Amino acid sequence: MPDLPTLWLFLIGLTFSIYFFLDGFTFGEGILQPFLARRERERRAMIGTVGPFWAANEVWIILGAGAIFAAFPLWYGTLMTALYPMFTLILLSLIGRGVAFEYRGESSNVRWRTFWDVTSFVTNLLPAFLWGMIMANMVRGLPLGSSGRYQGGVSEAINAFSVLGGLATLSMFILHGATFLLLRLDQADPIHARARHAALTAGAFATLFVLAFVYWGFIQEALFRSFGLTAWLFPAAAAINLLLIWAALARKKDTLAFAATGLTIVFATATIFINLHPVLMPSTIGDAYSLTVQNSASEPYTLRLMTYASLFFLPLILAYQGWNFWVFRRRVTGHDAAEDGQAVYGQT
Amino acid sequence: MNEILGFSTLDLSRFQFATTSIFHYFFVPFTVGFALIIAVLQTLAYRSGDPKLENLTRFFGHLFFINFAVGVVTGIVQEFQFGMNWQGFSNFVGNIFGVPLALEVLMAFFLESTFLGLWWFGKDRIPAWASLASIWIVAAGTTISAFWIIIANAWMQHPVGFEIKNGRAVMTDAWAIVTNPKGLEWFAHIWTGSLTVAAFFVLAVSAYHLRRRANVEAFRVSFRVALMTALIGSGGVILAGHEQGQSAVRDQPMKYAAFSALWDAPEGNQMPESLIALPSNDARENRFELSVPYVGSFLAFNNFTDKAKGINDLQKEYEAKYGPGNYTPWVWPVYWSFRVMVGLGFLMLLVTLVYVWRWRQGKLDDPGRLYPLLLAMPLVPHLANFSGWIATEMGRQPWIVQGLLRTGDAVSQLNPLWVLLSLAAFWVVYLTLIGLDVFLLTRTARAGMHEPDVETPSVPAPDYVPEGARL
Ligand code: HDD
Ligand code: HEM
Ligand code: HEM
Repeated sequence: MPDLPTLWLFLIGLTFSIYFFLDGFTFGEGILQPFLARRERERRAMIGTVGPFWAANEVWIILGAGAIFAAFPLWYGTLMTALYPMFTLILLSLIGRGVAFEYRGESSNVRWRTFWDVTSFVTNLLPAFLWGMIMANMVRGLPLGSSGRYQGGVSEAINAFSVLGGLATLSMFILHGATFLLLRLDQADPIHARARHAALTAGAFATLFVLAFVYWGFIQEALFRSFGLTAWLFPAAAAINLLLIWAALARKKDTLAFAATGLTIVFATATIFINLHPVLMPSTIGDAYSLTVQNSASEPYTLRLMTYASLFFLPLILAYQGWNFWVFRRRVTGHDAAEDGQAVYGQT
Repeated sequence: MNEILGFSTLDLSRFQFATTSIFHYFFVPFTVGFALIIAVLQTLAYRSGDPKLENLTRFFGHLFFINFAVGVVTGIVQEFQFGMNWQGFSNFVGNIFGVPLALEVLMAFFLESTFLGLWWFGKDRIPAWASLASIWIVAAGTTISAFWIIIANAWMQHPVGFEIKNGRAVMTDAWAIVTNPKGLEWFAHIWTGSLTVAAFFVLAVSAYHLRRRANVEAFRVSFRVALMTALIGSGGVILAGHEQGQSAVRDQPMKYAAFSALWDAPEGNQMPESLIALPSNDARENRFELSVPYVGSFLAFNNFTDKAKGINDLQKEYEAKYGPGNYTPWVWPVYWSFRVMVGLGFLMLLVTLVYVWRWRQGKLDDPGRLYPLLLAMPLVPHLANFSGWIATEMGRQPWIVQGLLRTGDAVSQLNPLWVLLSLAAFWVVYLTLIGLDVFLLTRTARAGMHEPDVETPSVPAPDYVPEGARL
């Protein structure tokens, strides 16, 4: 029988990779709005690039969390309890962001819109940063006592390494959002040129922070030590990708640039999750308290059931979600959008 | 530090879980019922090709959208809280509980969120039949998600298909869990209850416009569809509720005794049903009680002779079985919230029947003298839901998983300060959301189908580069 707990760790890694890929550009787009959009129609065009997608993108984190709950119950409670304040902020942000998407357009009142614009900026920025902090703490380990009881305070989770992790995801998501806009916005629109500029700037920071994070993790923290030669493929591929992005941006190959930022995120996430094998959550107090893939997994019966269900539903989900992107594939323009609301249902 | 302002992490976590659930449940039954009503309306529009009905669907679709967003974002909080505040619970039940939760995501959430986007933004880019299919898929998705979460919750109330291994509950029979009789009854109750939430809203909105003689032809249709839904919903919720009561007598006798404020098994050869009581946990009896004979036996057992166990007997029984401790829930909120729910259920049925009667008399276009009541009715199913959950969840305390895990053993070891802060933050955000939701719903509903300046679409449907242009 295959090693189900390991399989599930990788499936969860896959789910998180897809989540960061998809929600990454949503965060990035939201953070870039105040920098790129100078008038109402431009803002609406930017929102329009993600409008039909954001809700479905977000479901991947719901799946990621649900999968951890079912496959590694002990890890679920331990991680979330230990990083309670960070998860609270992420939840509050996901609320604010979702509602800003839907409610901003409900009134043309300027103060109303400004309120949601500010909300959207803050609530996209926070999780983009916090996810990096959480990932960094996940690989580095936390002061855990017996049965995953967290022994530290908040300060243990806030350290130079995790802040660097936060900066890495933040800059990477901004870059990803910018290349997404290059793909989705009308090229004739001045905002398209601004997005290219933003991508170059964010790219510089992302390269810096991501490479620094990997370097620090490897040298200072001696992480990723379980990596064999093949596993090095992922961080190496992520690094090569970062360089590729620059080339693509410089030669105005938008699709390539977006693919490269996306792949960087996927490779980086994969690196993190591969590194969690075989120790899911190292305890900085003592190895005996560490959560391992085997000691925190659910029973084979549960895992087998989940495997069948995922094998059936995941391809289906990818298919219809892909179709959704296909239906809305055409580029968005800000030109002929009315400054204010248009009626969706007319006079009868 | 184990307490803050006199509250422990346990107190605060319970309060946070209960209130965030109640907030979540303010939005979601509306989504479940409303998606179905809109799907029916769009089917009518599709078959008749009538642009008035097409507009009607978009109008209610807009209202749906306003509410949906909030349902989604509050749901994520629910899921994460299991890990954040209930570490012991997560570890104990994850093998079992995580599965329906994950299935809910795989089978329902992806469907809903993808196809709702397609339906709302894609109206002009997919064929009419695909649009119709999309809204039906959304409706199916909301129902499926309600099903799985209720299966998960029902397992906590009535655990089946499991064994205890290394201090955790592990699954031995998935089919038993899916067909948990408690879960199926609950689902019927929850689903019909959801129908009433949406139906009374649509009734109120339609009546408002009928009264103003605006778009009469369209709102007449939605009024009828909603009335049928209200009939199915309020009838069904009572029937299913009756079933639930009877299985509570068997599976959770302590809860049932608390519903009925039955401290000691009744003397004589029948059980009365309490109508009004002032239960007191301190005195372990009712300070005042008014009851009718035989009805209790009938409601609980379908006969006029059987009797349920009383709280005091059960307390002794549980002490013998589980060791010393307090196994008595806090009776008066359980008792009263149960009664409020049942009372409101009958009120809903009554109002529905009055309008069915008027329909038969051909007076449907005029809401008549009950019009003010009809406008207030949307609140009623919400109140019933609220009290139903209070009764159910408080009635099973001190158990978080009936007979297996106590709430006190399930909670995370957290600094209460963090829980207090998160609780306060969620409250502020949620109250704002409810306020906005209600404000936008009322405003949009009242604006009706004209006045384009008010009727802005929720997220602006983006403008696309014209067909044929270079991608
Ligand atoms: C529209 C809302 C609504 C209405 C009108 C009713 N209920 Fe209800 N009821 C709920 C909404 C609800 C609920 C909030 O959805 C609960 C909480 C848990 C559950 O499964 O459903 C519930 C729980 C619940 C339970 C507890 C089950 C348990 O804990 O084992 C019983 C016995 C009933 N109901 C019975 C009734 C009866 C006899 C009603 C007759 C009028 C009734 N309910 C109307
Ligand atoms: C959305 C509708 C729901 C509402 C309004 C609701 C309400 C409540 C309330 C009022 C309590 C507090 C009882 C007490 O502490 O005295 C509670 C407890 C609890 N409920 Fe529910 N519930 C809902 C659904 C669910 C579902 C679907 C689940 C699981 C799938 C669930 C799991 C729990 C848990 C784990 C507790 C224990 C924590 C505690 O005691 O506060 N609830 N709920
Ligand atoms: C306490 C347990 C609960 C948890 C953990 C939970 C979880 C969630 C989550 C994660 C979402 C967001 C889904 C998305 O983004 O698409 C959501 C929304 C929703 N939930 Fe809940 N929920 C709970 C209780 C309930 C109950 C009791 C019902 C109904 C009977 C319900 C029905 C729905 C519906 C219909 C939606 C909105 C549609 C949607 O979001 O896709 N939930 N819930």
